[in-house]
Amino acid sequence: MSGRKVARIILVIVFICLLAVPLVMRRIAARREQVNNSLDAGAALSRYGFHFEEVAQASGVNFKHQAPTLDHRLDHIMPQVASMGAAVSVVDFNRDGWADLYVTNSGEGSKNALFKNNTDGSFTDVAAALGIADLNQLGTGVSMGSVWGDYDNDGYEDLFLYKWGKPELFHNDAGQKFTRVSDKMSLPAWVNANTAVWFDYDRDGRLDLFLGGYYAEDVDLWHLKNTKMMPESFEYAKNGGRKYLFHNLGDGSFEEVSQKLGIDTRRWALAATVADLRGSGQQDLFIANDYGISELYFNDGKQFREAGKQTGVGFSPKSGMSASVGDILNQGRYSIYVSNISEDRILIQGNNLWVPRDETAGDAVKYDNLARAMDVEMGGWSFGAQFGDLNNDGTLDLYLVNGYVSLDRNQNYWYDFSKIAGGNSTIISDAAQWPAMDGRSLSGYQQKRVWINDGAGKFVNVAQAVGASDVFDGRAVALVDLWNRGVLDVVVANQKGPLLIYKNNVTPENKWISFELEGSTSNRSAIGAEVRLFWDGHQQVQQVSGGSGFCSQNQRRIHFGVGKNPRIEKAEIRWPSGKVETIEKPAIGQVYKIKESI
Amino acid sequence: MSLGSEIRVRPRSSVARIRLDNRYIAPLFITTILVVGHFAYGILESYERTALAIVSALLAELVLGRIFFGKWINLASAYISGISVGILLRSPAFWPYALCSVLSIMSKYVLRVKGRHLWNPSNFGICVLLFLAPETVAALTIQWGNFIWPLLVIWILGSVIIWRAKRIHISITYVLSFFAFAFVRSWITGDPWGSEISPITGPMYQLFVFFMITDPKTTVKSKKWQCIVVFLVAFVEMLLRLNQVVYAPLYALFLVGPTAMLIEIFHTKAQSQDLKALTGA
Repeated sequence: MSGRKVARIILVIVFICLLAVPLVMRRIAARREQVNNSLDAGAALSRYGFHFEEVAQASGVNFKHQAPTLDHRLDHIMPQVASMGAAVSVVDFNRDGWADLYVTNSGEGSKNALFKNNTDGSFTDVAAALGIADLNQLGTGVSMGSVWGDYDNDGYEDLFLYKWGKPELFHNDAGQKFTRVSDKMSLPAWVNANTAVWFDYDRDGRLDLFLGGYYAEDVDLWHLKNTKMMPESFEYAKNGGRKYLFHNLGDGSFEEVSQKLGIDTRRWALAATVADLRGSGQQDLFIANDYGISELYFNDGKQFREAGKQTGVGFSPKSGMSASVGDILNQGRYSIYVSNISEDRILIQGNNLWVPRDETAGDAVKYDNLARAMDVEMGGWSFGAQFGDLNNDGTLDLYLVNGYVSLDRNQNYWYDFSKIAGGNSTIISDAAQWPAMDGRSLSGYQQKRVWINDGAGKFVNVAQAVGASDVFDGRAVALVDLWNRGVLDVVVANQKGPLLIYKNNVTPENKWISFELEGSTSNRSAIGAEVRLFWDGHQQVQQVSGGSGFCSQNQRRIHFGVGKNPRIEKAEIRWPSGKVETIEKPAIGQVYKIKESI
Repeated sequence: MSLGSEIRVRPRSSVARIRLDNRYIAPLFITTILVVGHFAYGILESYERTALAIVSALLAELVLGRIFFGKWINLASAYISGISVGILLRSPAFWPYALCSVLSIMSKYVLRVKGRHLWNPSNFGICVLLFLAPETVAALTIQWGNFIWPLLVIWILGSVIIWRAKRIHISITYVLSFFAFAFVRSWITGDPWGSEISPITGPMYQLFVFFMITDPKTTVKSKKWQCIVVFLVAFVEMLLRLNQVVYAPLYALFLVGPTAMLIEIFHTKAQSQDLKALTGA
């Protein structure tokens, strides 16, 4: 046999082996997934340190989200346009020390709910009695989400409700009722908003508010002027809603300052979150935009400067759905998680986990997307995601919900969607050009992700094993210790689906410590305050957030898991005012209630 | 011109003065698309992935060319394959870029009949990855930017280059067939015609029309049959589209192209045997 012939045979063998590579990799991944998720509750508790039990109905929470019915010219694609509005935020509205839940609805005439925690494991909807239920009346738009913050520093959390419609601000009257004060806030007549965040951008001790538009504000989705209201591009759209920044003037009124301060884009904002990303003491603003790049605004207290490209987070356009921050590597710095869209074979955007590069800091901070390296990349058509230590082992885990439109299980709309998504702006921006959905699903019935952090740079999805097995179209997810047990429970709002409450059972071997902060010089909600906990050679930083994830807000209480037999060295509290307080050797298993010293 | 094969254009006097080897016009064109597209719209997954695709293709071509042809092969063709993989393949992972490029180049050496390779290299590599690794890769199906002018510039430039390469009839036949079949699809499905022509306004088709279907190495020889084959590609694409296959054009070329090549190869062989028999007689 000639040498060339032998070489050809070898070449064919190598060729076949290379063809087999993807199949082998897929098989290995499937086997690993199967091993991780084939456990019963006891085994999951023992192996992963926690297990969920869905208890919404048992707790008296029978809430099912309703979607709106928009202009009839959108009938053919109604399920994908009217696909948001299920939202949940956590608040202790009556200051009784137990977390309550505010849930939005989006059907015309449907009611929002405020589930008051009865402290015995049950909840009662008190929204109607307190005047914050009937907020989806025809002609006023429908709710998309809410964030809570004590804008007047009277000690009670007030409610900001954003809608595809008229946004509203409600003053909390000592937990007894709510009074509509939207007119004093000078809110715009109509915003198609899907995100809002409370934060004190100028550190004057009063909460300001960011509000992000999705559809342009001159679009009334119930009475369209024309059908050209869709994004002009799948990845480069700039025909979305404007952004607003309301500066709190301290007398109950607000001044809109976004353009004056440098926030002036029309990308389709779906999520925003705020954190001190540079260690500057200032709150920087991160916006995840659908149909485009993310934006990161550095804040110097007086002006915002867009630094997305400079830092690396704002270059590659995707479909940003959710934004949340967490110190996932216990290095005292925040990483940013942005969820996007992935569908096998069709669109593999992958979610982004922006981790700050080691040698960079301050204004020169740079981020690398380590989602793939850390195995938190593929989440289907992802929506809300939140960081929290679900098993109290001392590292932050990640809970992600997903699923866009679940209709006919056997037919999907992806082919038609991809046809349009690749088209020129004149086609994609016109709803009339979109093929009818005809009852087909679009990334429906997806399995959720519960990624636990191994503390060594990898996450493992254990959703099925720990009982997060629903396949509803998840939107918002919020983490909260609902029953003051020292664990993070999970609340999930599903589009056209039930509100789910996953009660978390955590192995008692893993310990915890929590902090409830109240500002004095700083805003009373202490939004923006950080606690840096040092134990056993670790440090982890967490903050009080005025909104994160997708259309959600976690509890204000800061919860740290600290693992087995921890020795806590200290907790360092940095208030938005700049003051720093230290608690030496705090005891585990306690909620520390700290008021900022004057 | 091709994704993976070199173009040969007769130099004109003005061009000859510039002394630009015509084999490098296609690589230059596709590089221009890439650079402009990336700096204008950030079309690349990342520099590293594209570079990996290109380097993998170049290395594979160098090694295999040396082994099987005993010489260092001109790398223009491999460069186009690599850069095409870098643009058309979408994956957050690195390995698909390397694997796709290597498979693309290897297909030229493995899948040969009578000394000719059958598949357009990058068409082969991308289709194989889409089949075998659907959870990890996708092909470019979304647009580059919102504006019509970059699209027009690419279409005009591409047309001029294709015309110089004497293969414009292939592209024109395909585009006309696509529009005609878009009407047919719209009539059958009831979907807006705009949604049916939408894909051809996207970047995947720019590469497909100018580079893939015109590949001299993997198209039949006669002008008439080139037009018929590309019409059949559009027809099969229509059938696939009616069955909601997202990557219908890539798969249509994957199926029709090699079939046409095989028919031509065996038809030519039969003809030469007949000729031999006749002359022998």
